[in-house]
Amino acid sequence: MSEITVPSPPARRTAPAPTRGSVSAAARAFGLAALLLLPLAGDEYWIKSVALPTLIFGLAALGLNLVVGVAGQISMGQAAFMAVGAFIGAIAYGRYGLPLPFAILAAGFASAAIGIVIGLPSRSIRGLYLMVSTLAAQFIVLWLLQRVPWFGAASHGILSIPKLALGPVAFNTPHARYLLTLAVVVPLTLFAANLVRSRIGRAWIGIREREIAAEVLGVPAFRYKLMAFAAAGFYAGVAGALVTFAWTGAATVEEFRLELSVKLLGMIIIGGLGSVLGSYLGAAFIVLVPIAISIALHAAAGLLGWSAVNAGTLANAEHLVFGLLIIAFLIAEPKGLAPLLLRGLDAVRNIIRPSFRRAGAGPQGEKE
Amino acid sequence: MIPQDMARWHMARRRAAPTRGPISAFLLALSAAALLTSALPARAQDSDKEIHHPMLVTRTGPYATGATGVSSGQQDYFALVNAQGGIGGAKIRWSECEFGYETPRALECYERFRGQWKVVYPNSTPAVVALSERLAADKVAGINPGGNRADATDGKTFPYLYPVVANFWAQASSTIRYIAQQEGGEDKLKGKKIAFLHIDNAYGRGAIPVLEALSKRFGFEWKSFPLPLPGLEQSAAWVDIARRYRADWVIQWNYGQSCSVPFTEIQKVGFPVERFIGTLWCGSEEDISAAGDLAKNYVSASYQGVGTGFPVIQEILGKVYGAGNGALPRERVGTVAYNRGVFTGIVIVEAFRNAVRDHGLPLTGEKVLDGLNKVQLTKARLKELGAEGLVPEILLSADYHGGVDPQVFQRWDGKTWTTISGWIPPYEDVVWEQIKRSAEAYRAEVASKK
Amino acid sequence: MSGDLVYGTELAITGLLIGVMYSMVALGFVLIFKASAVFNFAQGAMTLFGALTVVGLSPLVGLPLALAAALVAMAVLAVAVERWVLRPLIGRSALTVFMATVGVAYALEGLAQLIWGNQPRGLKLDIPQAPLQLGGVYVSPPDLIGAAIAGVCVMLLVLFFQRTKLGLGLRAMADDPIAAQAMGVRVGRMWAVAWMLAGAVAIVAGVLWGSRIGVHFGMTQITLKALPILIIGGVDSIPGAIVAGLLVGAGEALGEGFLGPFVGGGVQEIVAYLGALLILTFRHQGLLGEKTIDRI
Repeated sequence: MSEITVPSPPARRTAPAPTRGSVSAAARAFGLAALLLLPLAGDEYWIKSVALPTLIFGLAALGLNLVVGVAGQISMGQAAFMAVGAFIGAIAYGRYGLPLPFAILAAGFASAAIGIVIGLPSRSIRGLYLMVSTLAAQFIVLWLLQRVPWFGAASHGILSIPKLALGPVAFNTPHARYLLTLAVVVPLTLFAANLVRSRIGRAWIGIREREIAAEVLGVPAFRYKLMAFAAAGFYAGVAGALVTFAWTGAATVEEFRLELSVKLLGMIIIGGLGSVLGSYLGAAFIVLVPIAISIALHAAAGLLGWSAVNAGTLANAEHLVFGLLIIAFLIAEPKGLAPLLLRGLDAVRNIIRPSFRRAGAGPQGEKE
Repeated sequence: MIPQDMARWHMARRRAAPTRGPISAFLLALSAAALLTSALPARAQDSDKEIHHPMLVTRTGPYATGATGVSSGQQDYFALVNAQGGIGGAKIRWSECEFGYETPRALECYERFRGQWKVVYPNSTPAVVALSERLAADKVAGINPGGNRADATDGKTFPYLYPVVANFWAQASSTIRYIAQQEGGEDKLKGKKIAFLHIDNAYGRGAIPVLEALSKRFGFEWKSFPLPLPGLEQSAAWVDIARRYRADWVIQWNYGQSCSVPFTEIQKVGFPVERFIGTLWCGSEEDISAAGDLAKNYVSASYQGVGTGFPVIQEILGKVYGAGNGALPRERVGTVAYNRGVFTGIVIVEAFRNAVRDHGLPLTGEKVLDGLNKVQLTKARLKELGAEGLVPEILLSADYHGGVDPQVFQRWDGKTWTTISGWIPPYEDVVWEQIKRSAEAYRAEVASKK
Repeated sequence: MSGDLVYGTELAITGLLIGVMYSMVALGFVLIFKASAVFNFAQGAMTLFGALTVVGLSPLVGLPLALAAALVAMAVLAVAVERWVLRPLIGRSALTVFMATVGVAYALEGLAQLIWGNQPRGLKLDIPQAPLQLGGVYVSPPDLIGAAIAGVCVMLLVLFFQRTKLGLGLRAMADDPIAAQAMGVRVGRMWAVAWMLAGAVAIVAGVLWGSRIGVHFGMTQITLKALPILIIGGVDSIPGAIVAGLLVGAGEALGEGFLGPFVGGGVQEIVAYLGALLILTFRHQGLLGEKTIDRI
């Protein structure tokens, strides 16, 4: 991951990565809040099909980004952590009657514990080897979820939950579910952003860039790696619980197959390794682009007057286009979608207030 | 992952990175544009002239093989109904939403066509389960013939889910009854060994309680041979079945592509194919054709008849394919998956008819839900529809959502299936016991603890 | 022979013969990893694509021509991947390249089914199916022949690496890319060659597996089995892939047969991964891998 980066102009150097320009933090916070609350104003379709999955998968991707993008490890088991969270959350809330926030926390901590176990091999192995050992975890965890009767998935593969409520507040509308999700996702995201900038985050980056040097400088690498795996597990567990509580209403094992782990990895690579914002952008890409392609292809087919016989053809073409788009984005955007978006915002700002244009603020990649 | 040397060498080769602004901008604009379109789902309203019926389909990925036939069979039946004048003067118009057996995309599809659903049939257990909360909120029926949740037979506990036909427990017990018939009576089962070769997940294990109960009743031995997903590697299990356990009968409860794997193994260990019985999920052309001649004389269960010999299928061939409007190549008409689709189409159209009769056009999901609860496919009605032998009697009500139903058995001759039995009923008491116990457990699951 | 011994022998033989087929799948990964340090997620899709091409064409033009056509298709794919995927991604992290191969896998699966449809197809090689009996133990002729074909392929690969200039170039690249490049080995071409070889191996694996389980989407899932085999054998070792494939095949069969009954079966899935975890703990370069695979 060590790449040659075109040197940034000094003006950019002074500010840490996510902070750009001198637009006040308040204005940005206001803009972000407006963006997050926007779906509430629109059609329910926006909430349920766009906003919820993007936020929830984005949260899981964010966790994965901590261990992969920031700490330089690799994990192909993130979907299994989500599965653990989905089931532990449902069990804690449904079977043991824990209040909702505690059920979500329980899901997070259970997954974090599994994360630590899965992270153990990272003591001595890296790269492809770590990939396969986390892959083993993916299979073994799902195997256990289906096998151990306590999880409640043994008979139908499904664990349903009671009506969602916290004290007198019932979460029975999409809007309420969305607010619940925001209430979980926003603090966790802010926490992650700060974590990356903290001592721990710097230690992770040190391990990523040069593990031995970090050790020499007094960073107990193995302990920090385990912390990264625990964090990834925690975020995935909470995201899994949100899948159950806010999105589908029941926990099933089959949603969390290996394909999802690969997709989560795709989200952070496409969104931007090590970037908090990128985790969500990548999630949006992976969740929404196939939908968009499908609609676009159907529209095109409609215009060209193809008949319904081509439905299977269209569906396969969707796969083809999605694959090619992934490759195209990887080639076109070395640093992922996050810097691209920031660059776009810069451009917009420059158009609106040309006086803001700073010397040399060209469209180079983000410095990590 | 890349060895450091390699990385350094890569870097040495790397030219100054050109910025690719225009490309990304174009790609981003493209996806944004497509997204905007997707965010504005067409809200075609139902009218007195048209019944709009959105359908969830799987035409890509590992589950596409049979699912394509099922979707197209339904569409051909709708086309036939349209050709005959529609329902109460209204034509059925269907739109497909491809979800590739992926739950998140099924949820998206549901939202895309929200408010327009009549009956939801994703042909996927995880999808129907994930949808069930939305179905309840919108009062739309979700059907999953022959699949989970098997306990949704209990309409009081599951007002919006319908197994419609034989659930897992009915399937397993009817299969045991078939084996007993082959042995020459239930008393002959005593001491026989039945190997249960199954995918090791909730679906594959679903039949186990029934086998346990029936083995106690009839005194046969049985043993589970679980296969890890996707179940493509079965050699060790077959060596065990044939050499050590020495089974008298083998029942396979595989799924899709793992269904055809046993036939090469059977040849290797020399087990007689005639004593190998498949679940109805291993009983379509797509499931078996990869094995071809090796599977000759294999018998599988089914919840509907096979072939083109039914009047309704003939009508489809004449009026739909004759007019060049068929959804599939003509030779796939009459296959198991296709007939399964026609079967489902018949049930759905019957629900539409009831809804139009009692509540009038335009149709809504809630009207169709009521119509589904009034589906009375009696022998006489099936004869009228030209579906006698294709569909068993199906008598639904608000409390009984189907599931305790018989199966037929069919034999593979290397190229096609032929039905070889009448409707063989399940052991109802055993099935009902499972339904009650399971629905009870579900009620405990969702009961609020506060 | 006593019952358990016969049973054990038969299990072991069955397992070994399957192990050979696992090895073929793992080989495809090794070839690409050796040449370009890329973990190729699309190997499963290539197997599916190859097998579908062979099955789709052989009724029209006969098996030999169909095989040749599949080889040509794979060569085209290899050149395209090198030119439009690998080359633009030079200098990017291994993770990015891995993700690009995920993209290739998507595209290839879509393309394969776009051309050949999604109906599963049977693949019949004219091999007698009836088991042979050798000293009380049944052996299956298709498995024996499959193993022989795989063996021949491995021999050819070894000859290629030992005796041809291209093979020498590939080995040089695997040993020291910079030195190889300095000596005039053209990296891009070597990558294309490695992908072509992996494509050829994918066709063989696809045909062999196809004759066992049919040709359909499920093939892409069989390739996941290759991952623990890679680890056990060593990701950059061709003999390692073979040995580990055999070990896993036999281990699975014996594990399922003798351990399965005690834990309620389904041990198969775990055996390979447990083996891989053991190897990762005690000898993480794999049984026959190069020790310096990931220097710090």
